Amino acid sequence: MNNSIKYIWNGIVKENPTFVLLLGMCPTLGTTSSAINGMSMGLATTFVLILSNLIISLIKDYVPDAVRIPCYVVVIASLVTILQMLMQAYVPDIYATLGLFIPLIVVNCIILGRAEAFAAKHGAVDSICDGIGIGIGFTLALTLLGGVREFLGTGAVFGQVLQGEDFGMLMFVLAPGAFIALGFLIALVNKIKK
Amino acid sequence: MNKLTVSLSPHVHSGDSVSKNMYGVIIALVPAMLCSFWFFGIGAITVTALSVASCVFFEWFIGKYMLRNPQPTVTDGSAILTGILLAFNLPSNIPLWMVVAGSLFAIGVVKMTFGGLGCNLFNPALAGRAFMLISFPVQMTTWPTSGQPFLTLDAATGATPLSVMKAAVKAGDPSLLNDMPSLPDMLLGMTGGCLGEVCAVALIIGLIYMLAKRIITWHIPVSIIVTVLVFSGALHLANGMYADPMSQLLSGGLLLGAIFMATDYVTSPMTKKGQIIYGVCIGVLTIVIRTWGAYPEGMSFAILIMNAFTPLINNYCKPKRFGEEVKK
Repeated sequence: MNNSIKYIWNGIVKENPTFVLLLGMCPTLGTTSSAINGMSMGLATTFVLILSNLIISLIKDYVPDAVRIPCYVVVIASLVTILQMLMQAYVPDIYATLGLFIPLIVVNCIILGRAEAFAAKHGAVDSICDGIGIGIGFTLALTLLGGVREFLGTGAVFGQVLQGEDFGMLMFVLAPGAFIALGFLIALVNKIKK
Repeated sequence: MNKLTVSLSPHVHSGDSVSKNMYGVIIALVPAMLCSFWFFGIGAITVTALSVASCVFFEWFIGKYMLRNPQPTVTDGSAILTGILLAFNLPSNIPLWMVVAGSLFAIGVVKMTFGGLGCNLFNPALAGRAFMLISFPVQMTTWPTSGQPFLTLDAATGATPLSVMKAAVKAGDPSLLNDMPSLPDMLLGMTGGCLGEVCAVALIIGLIYMLAKRIITWHIPVSIIVTVLVFSGALHLANGMYADPMSQLLSGGLLLGAIFMATDYVTSPMTKKGQIIYGVCIGVLTIVIRTWGAYPEGMSFAILIMNAFTPLINNYCKPKRFGEEVKK
């Protein structure tokens, strides 16, 4: 039990994929134009991450070392296909906004990275905990970044208007704002952790 | 008795310093500033004062509490200069909180995050302007027409020469260019635009002052201006829908950019050869963006793009060291 909490905490704080490992930058920068988009992307990735960690930790003894990466990718791709169909069926709005970034979860380096670095060396329960931890860490980071960008760009957070119409600084919704906001958030996180 | 002092070279110093040059540029900006006050009135004074005050404040605050510089950099005049140049790039009726946001971006994000004066990759005032142009596209492109000194928020707004040019190219119709203000009007500044860019005569007086005081050399401004004249002249001869070279030169921020922005010490190449390459590229990019780009004005983007290339140009144009073998 103690170990599980340690792994979850590790994923959220010590090895936060966005602020510490700097993995998965493409969805981080591409989908965080608003808090809700960031959170949906984070949750979608968490779903795939937990299940792929579980399956890979179960099959790791039967997969020959030489072909492990293709095997992992097949597992991840199947999970992403399931996720894609589920999202298309139940949350079509979010599916339409995230668009190409959903299939791109297949090549998200966080998932393959955790499969290779963690699930291939640990048991099923630990791997699930790691998936939960990293997933929550990623979701929190994306929601935070999305919230900051949405607030600075449009004056709202989660669609709730906090500042008047004129407030928005459009650049933060666009690509340059993503880089600048992420840079300052990482600096802030480093400062707090010190 | 001890008349001989042992010290490192240089032993003779002209007294040149960062702050001396910065205040020199500020003096050169005074004619253009007075013109902007004359043409745009109270709005211009408020925007300039606020922009300078907030730039200086952010420079002082970040330097003291975040970078913890042992020597305060706020007195060297560079923040004042950034503030004036940023204000010169804004319309006089812009909401005031946007000026503060632009100053924070210019000083806080573009200058101080890289380590302050001398370390910044991009010209802070121009990057501040680009930030504001992308963030507040409506407010940044609604200019009051010149010569109504006492109206602030409700001033009449009008098309600028650059938007007329853009419309003519889009429609492919040279007759639209008849709406352009006359050349003498553009030379004196009787047209719409940002604070500091409208009065060409005042900017040229500033250029002459800086050249006379040897604050800048002629290479960057002249190579930009010549490139613009040649390139836009060729376009104009090929097809009448492209505006004539003199209007291109006198409209928008071209002179302001060529004289005061592109010549920023930190973000322009060091050697003469590099400066000419830099100037020519800025001229070409400006006309390309003005003619075919999405925005009517290309000067600020052209300078920012070439700022990014400056380290590369410096690397390419290394001067020969004394005693180094010259390849034939």
